[in-house]
Amino acid sequence: MTELLHKTAAELGRLIAAREVSAVEVTQAHLDRIAEVEPKVNAFLHVDPETTLAQARAVDERIAGGERLGPLAGVPVAHKDVFTTTDMPTTAGSKILEGWRPPYDATVTSRLREAGLVILGKTNLDEFAMGSSTENSAYGPTRNPWDLSRIPGGSSGGSSAAVAAYEAPLSTGTDTGGSIRQPAAVTGIVGMKPTYGGSSRYGLIAFASSLDTPGPFARNVLDAALLHEAFSGHDVMDSTSIHAHVPPVVEAARQADIAGLRVGVVKEFGGEGYQPGVLARFHEAVELLESLGAKVVEVSCPSFGYALPAYYLIAPSECSSNLARFDAMRYGLRVGDDGTRSAEEVMSMTRAAGFGPEVKRRIMLGTYALSSGYYDAYYGQAQKVRTLISRDFDAAFHQVDVLVSPTTPTTAFPIGERADDPMAMYLADLCTIPTNLAGNAAISVPCGLADEDGLPVGLQIMAPVLGDDRCYRVGAAVEKALEDRWGGSLLTKAPALEGLGYQHG
Amino acid sequence: MSAITRDEVAHLARLSRLALADEELDHFAAQLDQIVAAVARVAEVAADDIPPSSHALPLTNVFRPDEVRASLTPEQALSGAPAVEDDRFRVPRILGEEA
Repeated sequence: MTELLHKTAAELGRLIAAREVSAVEVTQAHLDRIAEVEPKVNAFLHVDPETTLAQARAVDERIAGGERLGPLAGVPVAHKDVFTTTDMPTTAGSKILEGWRPPYDATVTSRLREAGLVILGKTNLDEFAMGSSTENSAYGPTRNPWDLSRIPGGSSGGSSAAVAAYEAPLSTGTDTGGSIRQPAAVTGIVGMKPTYGGSSRYGLIAFASSLDTPGPFARNVLDAALLHEAFSGHDVMDSTSIHAHVPPVVEAARQADIAGLRVGVVKEFGGEGYQPGVLARFHEAVELLESLGAKVVEVSCPSFGYALPAYYLIAPSECSSNLARFDAMRYGLRVGDDGTRSAEEVMSMTRAAGFGPEVKRRIMLGTYALSSGYYDAYYGQAQKVRTLISRDFDAAFHQVDVLVSPTTPTTAFPIGERADDPMAMYLADLCTIPTNLAGNAAISVPCGLADEDGLPVGLQIMAPVLGDDRCYRVGAAVEKALEDRWGGSLLTKAPALEGLGYQHG
Repeated sequence: MSAITRDEVAHLARLSRLALADEELDHFAAQLDQIVAAVARVAEVAADDIPPSSHALPLTNVFRPDEVRASLTPEQALSGAPAVEDDRFRVPRILGEEA
């Protein structure tokens, strides 16, 4: 049933609702694909065919019983292993939570279940979502289906790789500094960071609470919008959840019309440090927007250059506080409790053994930035920069409807290249971070392959707070025009992973 | 001159409850020095009269009715505990021997 793997999520939902194919058949096809390619890709930390097929059978029974479910009922989804799930372990990619079975479901998890989506398994990630390559997972790196020697992005790299490798038509991610958009860009798929507070953080293992935002991955813009709609919206369990309707994202993805739209090119994102092939595809995308009737102007956001340093003060500060909960007392790992050591010693030994190097770096960096004597110079100043970045966005959105930039400065880099060079790794999120600091919405859609390496390039489309629908409208217009030009989706150009024939060329 | 010294990193590790080995401290000290030097660029921004943002969007306190709702059972709450005794979390001694 490999043709089921190449269908869109929207089409699968229609076929399942019409009972032309069962949720069980669709799920089994994806489980077979997972069994086939996982030894190469390592996108999943946990797959449990029995639990997953039981979910699919339940959906088939509900449909057979005449129940009207949502448009994605019966469609499989790969779920980032940072959302709690009662029926599958939840590790956040960390040894400190190895084998942990949460006693409750995240809101995003519950909403996937309510909408009848079938959870295929839990996907790999950088430990506690800290990273841009998935190399920081305690369970080994995920590989990019386009080139198995390269990173699939991060932190949601298992989710991006699973969708790009046709192991799942949809997946969930979280975006704190670009952790959905960057993996989507480097694997040639669609990834959306909703407006902060538009999707619930309840049951999402916290990294940086003022920035963390759940969002969808898919192989096309409409599917991403359908998943976005399925799990978003106000949640009483998250006190920072926005009390507003989900923007009309599905309608916007279907509309795909941008005539008269005002598009701003962010002047600060380009030049030195950007790969020529990335810039070439980006400039072509801008020309394409003009040819589709958009009015393109250059917009300056002078504070964006300070977004990266501000982020690497704010996010570690919040992380150092959030991760204090891993104290070896109530759940997770405990090391050295031999009856002679104090709670504090056990705590320190457990955290040293259970956290990986990047998590330790960020906890200490955050502790430093929040220390008395340094607070004003570092954390306080970063918070002021955050205000300036929001003001840059406000000013820009007075002139234009959306802003565009490359999603990442480079294509997927080789595994290991930046693994022990934190500052080089942090540059991967240069263009995505401002949106997290300001809380607005942004999407990455494929815009071609770089000439140097034949690897995918992403176009980032940024919209104002609660302007999520604009991301989908522009993304869908770009997708339609490019697919007409390419004769299909960008992913059809990816090397096949089947059998033993894969060779890095 | 380094932005952050090895002794400072050792102090941060203690504050962070991370029992790091000496070679880890050496490694992290060099990396944190580089990172702190890079993020210190925020000081270049003239922002004296700019209010800080702790959050991207304006927030107001959220209240809910003070009603009893479903919550975890003791069994669920203890299900992931490293050690349990008499329906409670069992923890290592909190106070020093002589306390």
